[in-house]
Amino acid sequence: MADVPQNLKYTQEHEWIRVDNGVAVVGITQFASNQLGDVVFVDVPTVGKTVEAGDSFGTVESVKAVSELFAPVSGKVVEVNSELEVSPELVNEEPYGDGWIIKLQPSSPKDIDGLLSPAAYADLIKQEQEG
Amino acid sequence: MARRTPLNEAHRKLGARMVDFVGWDMPVQYSSIIEEHEAVRTAVGLFDVSHMGEVEFRGPGALETANRLISNDLAKCADGQAVYAGLLNEQGTFVDDVVAYRFSPEHIFVCVNSSNREKDFAWMSERAQGVKPVDRSDDFAQIAVQGPKAPGLVQRLTKADLSKVGTYRFTEGEVAGVKCIISRTGYTGEDGFELYCAPNDAEKLWNALLQEGQTDGVKPCGLGARDSLRTEMKYALYGNDIDDAHTALEAGLGWIVKLDKPGGFIGKEALEKQKAAGVKRKLVGFEVTGRGIPRHGYPILKNGQRVGEVTSGTMGPSVKKPIGIGYVPTELAAEGSTFDVEIRGQPVTAQVVKTPFWKKP
Repeated sequence: MADVPQNLKYTQEHEWIRVDNGVAVVGITQFASNQLGDVVFVDVPTVGKTVEAGDSFGTVESVKAVSELFAPVSGKVVEVNSELEVSPELVNEEPYGDGWIIKLQPSSPKDIDGLLSPAAYADLIKQEQEG
Repeated sequence: MARRTPLNEAHRKLGARMVDFVGWDMPVQYSSIIEEHEAVRTAVGLFDVSHMGEVEFRGPGALETANRLISNDLAKCADGQAVYAGLLNEQGTFVDDVVAYRFSPEHIFVCVNSSNREKDFAWMSERAQGVKPVDRSDDFAQIAVQGPKAPGLVQRLTKADLSKVGTYRFTEGEVAGVKCIISRTGYTGEDGFELYCAPNDAEKLWNALLQEGQTDGVKPCGLGARDSLRTEMKYALYGNDIDDAHTALEAGLGWIVKLDKPGGFIGKEALEKQKAAGVKRKLVGFEVTGRGIPRHGYPILKNGQRVGEVTSGTMGPSVKKPIGIGYVPTELAAEGSTFDVEIRGQPVTAQVVKTPFWKKP
């Protein structure tokens, strides 16, 4: 069973989000990184770009497949994880830690409350595994 | 309901991630594609390739019949030798690519792609002048044992002297007590064997190879690693790099086309014409020098104009670069030529390189 930390919020598209001092850190879940397999490339927007909730803001690629990244909430990109350029495998190894992908300044921080709770996300991946 | 190979249960027990592959329930990976890929490059990997099809020609005239259907020349082979060949349409394009085995002039065995089994058999049956082909696909399972430690591993399990079985040669014998065709062929760029056995024996053979191979660092490998390994060699994949819309000459497979062989073959006239007129597009290998990974179907652009298409692409786990294969106009096919690959709407620079991408260090 994939790890679903209790201190995060989640999306249907398997991103997680955590707010640190008003800035939202975004990554993909361990379940998503397991499904994808060995991550070999991460493509992210440039700092300063604005993204809309639900829009594709980049891609994560494994040897075999390309997966879109979807913005959990609207906001401005304030930082990207440049470590992933040289070590994309961090997304597999530490999806909730050093494998984070971007940091967003949310345009409406309360939107984060509407995302999936850990329990709801755990249910979602259970359904996907059984499906 | 997807078809299953005799090793389906064995894959599940090993924790493989299964996917639908052209109607077959097949393992795409067990642990990690990169780990499996590396195991084949440095030690040994096992692949279940039982989904491949087999067609046999037996009786007087078998050699002549089969040889007219394939582009390469079995008449120049010795008994116990195999060749890579095209099954070509009248237009010189691919019905399939195959490996044809010459047991004797009266016994030819052809291994075909799983996705083309039915089509190939119907095609061969219609055009065979002489001996009628027999579809033996359900009589064989196939396990590929690939990697530098493959010869040692298989040798420990058989009395057959494998030092006498050179590349693209084969013999018959028991491996781990299982009757096999032992063929020194493969699709990874590494030394190794493809073992054909009865479906009921497949699990016994698979388990014996896994057990005996422990000291070699053997790994069961899925279709993911098979694809990355073959891409690094620029080995064509039917449906991606070769198909019925591109000729053997365009695919850079002139070496499997024997235009001067006595008796000719289907597609010969079209290829002679194309050769005389000049080939207008070619399948090349390229490296992406910008940021991004090329994938099947991505457009190839020159000065903003679409001039071709990526047929295969990946991040090569051994070459550690994004590599691709694709058709481009002949004037862009020379080593060093540059063009763009459109990756999700953005042009990214790529350069034609010498292939195979991967060479043993």
